Amino acid sequence: MNGNLPEPAVRLRGVQHRNNRHFALQDIALEIPVGGTAAIIGPDGVGKSTLLSLIAGTRRIQQGDVHVLGGDMRRRRHRNAIAERIAYMPQGLGKNLYPTLTVAENIDFFAGLFGVHGAAAKARRDRLLVATGLDPFPDRPAGKLSGGMKQKLGLCCALIHDPDLLILDEPTTGVDPLSRRQFWHLIDEIRAERPGLTLITATAYMEEAARFAHLIAIDAGRLLAAGPTPQVLEEAGAATLEEAFVTLRHRAGLSKAAPVADEVALPPRPHHDGPPAIEAEELTCRFGDFVAVDRVSFRIETGEIFGFLGSNGCGKTTTMKMLTGLLPASSGSASLLGQPVAAQDRQSRLNIGYMSQSFSLYEELSVRANLDLHARLYQVPRIELAARIADSIKRFDLEAIAGRLPRDLSLGQRQRLQLAAACLHKPRILILDEPTSGVDPEARDAFWHQIGHLARNEGVTIFVSTHFMNEAARCDRISFMHRGRTLAVGEPPALAAQYGDGDLETAFVKLIEADEGVAVRAAVPAPTMVTEAAAHPSMAALRRILVFAKREALELRRDTVRLAFALLAPLFLMVCFGFGMSFDVEDLRYAVLDRDRSLESRSLMEGFGGSPYFTETLPIADFNDLDQRLRSGDVQVAIEVPPDFGRDLMQGRRPQIGVFLDGSFPFRGETARGYVQGIALKQAMERARQTIGKFPDPAPYELVPRFRYNQDFKSVVAMVPGVMMLLLVLIPAMLTALGVVREKELGTIANLYASPAGIGEYLIGKQLPYIGVGCIAFLLMTLLAIPVFGIYPKGSLLALAVAVPLYQIATTGFGLLISAFCSSQVAAIFAAAILSIIPAVNFSGLMYPTATLEGAAKWIGLGFPASWYQTVSLGVFTKGLGFAAFTKEYLALAAFGIAFLVLARLCVSKQER
Amino acid sequence: MSNASALRWLHNVYRLGVKEMVSLARDPVLLGLMIFSFTFSIYSVAHGVRTEVKNAAIAVVDGDGSQLSRRIIEALQPPYFLKPQLIDRSEVDAGLDRGQFTFALDMPPGMEADLSAGREPKIGLAVDATAMTQAGVGTNYVTSIVDREIMAFLGQSGTASLVPAEVVIRTYFNPNLDSSWFMSVMQVVENVTILSIILVGAAVIRERERGTIEHLLVMPVSASEIAVAKIWANGLIILIAVALSLHYVVQWLLGVPIAGSVPLFLGTAAIYLFATTAMGVLLATVANSMPQFAMMAIPCFVLMNLLSGATTPLESMPEFFQVVMKALPSTHFVAASQAVLYRGAGADIIWPQMLLMGAQGSLFLALALRRFKAMLARQT
Repeated sequence: MNGNLPEPAVRLRGVQHRNNRHFALQDIALEIPVGGTAAIIGPDGVGKSTLLSLIAGTRRIQQGDVHVLGGDMRRRRHRNAIAERIAYMPQGLGKNLYPTLTVAENIDFFAGLFGVHGAAAKARRDRLLVATGLDPFPDRPAGKLSGGMKQKLGLCCALIHDPDLLILDEPTTGVDPLSRRQFWHLIDEIRAERPGLTLITATAYMEEAARFAHLIAIDAGRLLAAGPTPQVLEEAGAATLEEAFVTLRHRAGLSKAAPVADEVALPPRPHHDGPPAIEAEELTCRFGDFVAVDRVSFRIETGEIFGFLGSNGCGKTTTMKMLTGLLPASSGSASLLGQPVAAQDRQSRLNIGYMSQSFSLYEELSVRANLDLHARLYQVPRIELAARIADSIKRFDLEAIAGRLPRDLSLGQRQRLQLAAACLHKPRILILDEPTSGVDPEARDAFWHQIGHLARNEGVTIFVSTHFMNEAARCDRISFMHRGRTLAVGEPPALAAQYGDGDLETAFVKLIEADEGVAVRAAVPAPTMVTEAAAHPSMAALRRILVFAKREALELRRDTVRLAFALLAPLFLMVCFGFGMSFDVEDLRYAVLDRDRSLESRSLMEGFGGSPYFTETLPIADFNDLDQRLRSGDVQVAIEVPPDFGRDLMQGRRPQIGVFLDGSFPFRGETARGYVQGIALKQAMERARQTIGKFPDPAPYELVPRFRYNQDFKSVVAMVPGVMMLLLVLIPAMLTALGVVREKELGTIANLYASPAGIGEYLIGKQLPYIGVGCIAFLLMTLLAIPVFGIYPKGSLLALAVAVPLYQIATTGFGLLISAFCSSQVAAIFAAAILSIIPAVNFSGLMYPTATLEGAAKWIGLGFPASWYQTVSLGVFTKGLGFAAFTKEYLALAAFGIAFLVLARLCVSKQER
Repeated sequence: MSNASALRWLHNVYRLGVKEMVSLARDPVLLGLMIFSFTFSIYSVAHGVRTEVKNAAIAVVDGDGSQLSRRIIEALQPPYFLKPQLIDRSEVDAGLDRGQFTFALDMPPGMEADLSAGREPKIGLAVDATAMTQAGVGTNYVTSIVDREIMAFLGQSGTASLVPAEVVIRTYFNPNLDSSWFMSVMQVVENVTILSIILVGAAVIRERERGTIEHLLVMPVSASEIAVAKIWANGLIILIAVALSLHYVVQWLLGVPIAGSVPLFLGTAAIYLFATTAMGVLLATVANSMPQFAMMAIPCFVLMNLLSGATTPLESMPEFFQVVMKALPSTHFVAASQAVLYRGAGADIIWPQMLLMGAQGSLFLALALRRFKAMLARQT
C-alpha cells in the first residue's frame, strides 16, 4: 500500500463467498477512496447484494479481507464502532419497513436507532420527506404505500443519520422517473454538504451508473472491471457503459449472446378487427375516502402491447388488480376478451397470465417445482408438460437455478421466474405489473424480445406497467397515469413529440409537473445539525432499548384486535374456566337394575335419590342394557339389586349389592366410588337405627379432617389463581413468540444487522411492552375475580407486585427464546402454544399438586417458571401468605427471566451467513 | 358441477395438497415439534400426572410414638402415598403453605393409651384443599386407613362391616382407575386440537402475507380448492401422527389397553380434524396478520382443550357451559374417543357425535369460503 495516499474508505482483498454451495463471489479485490462514489453493475444474481452486505457488515465474512472505514470488518468491535457511520439500504421494495407504522414513525424509529433524537431528528425527517415527495403523507401507514413510495421511504430511513458511508442496493428500482430525478438530486445535495461521504450503489440503470466516479462491474461472482469510470470505458473501448459492459462480459467469456442492438424494431402490428381484448369503462376504485383509481377508461386491441406508466402510487397496480378480478371495482366496468371481469369463470382465467409486483410464488418450492405446479394448475396437457417447462426454463434463462429455492435468488432472477410462470400456459392476455423492476439490462432486453414475439407472432395482448422509458418506447401505445387519473394516452413517439420535445421521459416529467402545478421542488435548505455531545455508551444503549420498545408498543397499539385479545381474552377465559373447570363431581347419572322390587330395595335406592351427587335416569332392563348404558356413557353408575334382596336383608344374610362404575374418567370414577361407600354407610346407620333402635357405637376416636384454605372445598377457589398462572404464561409467550422470527421472515431484521444496536438491546426492547401488557392483564383479572368469584388476594400484595412482573419477564423471555430458535412463524406459534400449555396445565400445580409428580414431569415442572409462580399465586390468593414466604420463588423467577434472555441472545446472530 | 370440472377440482385440490406437504417438510423445527408433541409430551404427561391417589404427599406428626402410631405410618404406603415425611407439629403450617405435602396427620401423645382406655383421642388431619384432584379422595383414603388400623388394634371389625348388605363395587373399563390410561389419550386429543388449528390457519395467513393466495386466485383455482387442499394435507399428516402415537406411545410404551376399534377411532379423528382445520381456515380469514391470528387462536384451543371433558368432567360444569361447549367439535370428539377407546363403543353408539362434528366442520368451511374474497380485498 502506498503510504502517501490516505486509507480508502473501502478495501476488499481476496473476498470469496458461498451461498449454499454456490459461489456468490470469487476473488474480489477493490478499493473506494474516502468521498468517492462507486456504482456496481452486473446481471441479476451475480453477487452484487452479497458484496454490498459484506461491506455493510451485515453478512459474515467467509474468506478474504474487508476493510471499511479504517478497520477490519471481521472484528465485531470495529463493526459496532462504525455501525453508526454506515447507512445501508437493502434490496427489495420496502422490505425493511414496518407496514403498520406510519411514514413518520418509520423514520423516527431509524433516527432513534442511530442516536438521532429530538429537534435534529425532526428537522432531518422533514427535509427528507420534502425531498422525496413523501411530505403529504407523513401519517400514512407504510404498508399502504405503493412499491415505489416504499422505496423512497426506505431511503429516508437510511439517510436519517449522517453517514460517512452510504450503501444503496438498487435504490431506484421501481421508482418512477420523476422521483428518480428528485432522488439523485437529493443525493447530490447531501454529498455537497458532506464531501467526505462515500457512496456505493448497485443499480440496474446504466445511465445512473454513469454518474459515478468509480465503476465496479461483476458477473458470475467475478470482477470484470473496477476503477475510475473513464478508465473502464477506455479499456473496454466503448463509448457508453452499456456497450462497455457487454464487451467486458464477452471478453470474460460470460456472454451467451452477441452484443445486441439497443433498439429492436418490432414489425408493425397487424390490424385486428373484432372486439378489444381489454376494455375499461370509467373504472374507479375507492378505499374509504381515498380514490385510488378515478374513472379510468381504455381499449386495448388484440395483439397490442399497451404500456402503463405513472408516478408511484398512482393506481397502476390497483387498476391491474381490478382487471384480474382480485379487487372489485367501486364503479365502472372492465371486460377481458369481451367478457365482463365480474362474470369470469375458471375457463376464462385460463386465458390470462398475471404477474404481480412483489414476488408471489412459493418460496419453499424450487424454481422447477414452482413452474410444474403452475403448469398443472393451468391445465397444461400432461404430454406437453415436460417439454413446456423445459422450454420455459430455457427461454427465461433459468437453467442454472432450476433446482434452487426462490429465497436464495436475487430480485431479478425471481422476476424472471415469475414471468416464466405467467407465460407458461400460453395465455391470450398477459397482465404484467412492473415485470422488469430489478432485472438487469440484458435480461430486460431478452424479455422484451419475448414480449414482441408473443404479441406479433402469437397475437397475445400485453398490458404492462414499467418505469423504464426505453421499454415504454417499445410499446404500441402507452398511457400516463397520475394520482388515479389518466393524463395522456397515445403512441410513444406522438406523446414524446407533443409533450416532451421528442423525449419520452421529459414528456412524462412535464405532464406530471403540469398536473401537480409545481415545478421541481426547490432545494430545501439543510438544517443546521445540532451536534449532540456523544452520549455515554450505556446511555445510548438504554435509549436504543427504549426505541425498540416504542416501536413494538406502537405496532401493538395499531393492532387493536391483537391488543384487545391480549387484554380481554384472559378475562373471558378466566370466567369460563372459573365456572367451567370444576372437580366438584356432581350430578352423576345412575340407573338401577332392580331385580327384587321389594320395599327394601326401594328404600335403599332412596339413599341415592336423596344425594346431591346423583341423578337418577330410567331403570335398567337387564344386564345387556346395563352394559350398553355404561358403554355409551349414558350412565356413570349402575346399581344392581339382586333377587330376594329384601328377604335376605331381613334375615340378616348380608345380600350383595352390585355397583358398576364407569372408570373411563379415573378421577370421576374414584370420586364416585367414595360417594357410593359413603351412602352405603349412611344407609347402614339408618338401617341399624330402625332395627336395633339406636345408632351403632360411634367410632372409638375422633378424626375430623380440616380442609385448609378452602373450607367449602370448592374448585373455583383453587382454580382461579391457577388459571391466572396459566393465562399469564400462555398469552405473553404467544405475544412475543413471533417477535424475532416474523422479522426474519419479513426482512425487517436487516435493520438490526445494520444498526449499532446490540442483540440484547433489541430483545429487551421487544420484551418491555409485553411485560406491561401482562401486568395489566393480571390487574384486570384480579379486579374481575373479586366481584365474580369473590376471590381476592388474602396475603401480601407486595408479593404479587414483585412476583407478577418477574413472572412476566420470564414468560415473555420464554416466547422470545422460541422466536429466536424457530425457523418459521408457524413453528413459533405452535411451539409457544404447546410448550407453555403442557407444563402449565399439567406440571405446575394447576390441577395436580406438584409434590406428586414423578420422573420427567417433576423436572419439567421445576424447569418452567409457571410452577414457581403458582406457589405465589395460590399462596397469596388462597393461603394468605406474606411477602417473606416466597424468597425462593422470586429468585427462581428472576433466574428464569435472565436465562431465557441469555439463551435467546445466543440464538440470534447479528450477521447473515 | 359437471364431471369434468369436478375432476378438475379434485386434481387441483390434490396438487395444492402435495405442495402443502412439501412446504411442511421444509421446516425441520416444525417437524421436530410435531414429533415432540406426539411422543415425549404424551409420555411425560401420562407418566407424570396422577389424578388417582398415587404418590400423595403426606406428613405425619407422630406425637404418640407408640406401636399403633408406627403401624398407621407404615400403612400409609406407596403406591398411594409417598413415604410419609415425619415432621414436628410446628412445621405443619409452613409445609402446607409451601405445598410440600397435601396431607398432615397429627397423632396426639397418648393416643394408643387413650384408645385402650376408651377415652376417644382426637386425631388431626389437615388437608390442603387447593389440591383439588387429591384432597377429597385422599382424605377418604387416609381416614379409612386410620380406621382400619385402629379397629385392628382394638380387635374390632371396621365400620364397613356394620352395613347390613355388602356393597361390591366393580369398576368397568379401567379397573384400577389408572389415570395414565386417561391422560395419555386425552393428551393426544388436546395436541391434535392445538396443532390442527395452528398449522392450517397459519399456513393460510402465510400464503396471504406472501401474496401467493392472491396469485392463485388469478389462476383457474378457486378458494374452495385452496382451503380443502390445506385441510386434507395437514389433516392427513396429523392423522398419521395420531395413529403412530396411539400405537407406539400409548399402547406400546405406556401399555394402555385400547378397548375398542382403532380404525373407528381414527375415522372419528379424521372427521374431527376436518372440523378443526376448517376452523383454522375460518380464523385465518378473520385475522389480519400472523400475530393477530396467534392471539385469536388462543381462546379457541384453550377452551376446546380444558372444557370439553378431557380435563374435568363435563357433567361438573354449569348447564349453560355444557350447552355452549356442545357447539364446539372438541366436546363431541372427546366423548366419542372416550367411548371408543375406553368403553369399546361401536359406530352404532358414536354416530351422533360423528355427524355433529361433520356438520360443524362443514359450517366452518362454508363461512370461511364466504370470507375468502373479503379477506383479500381488505388486505390491499
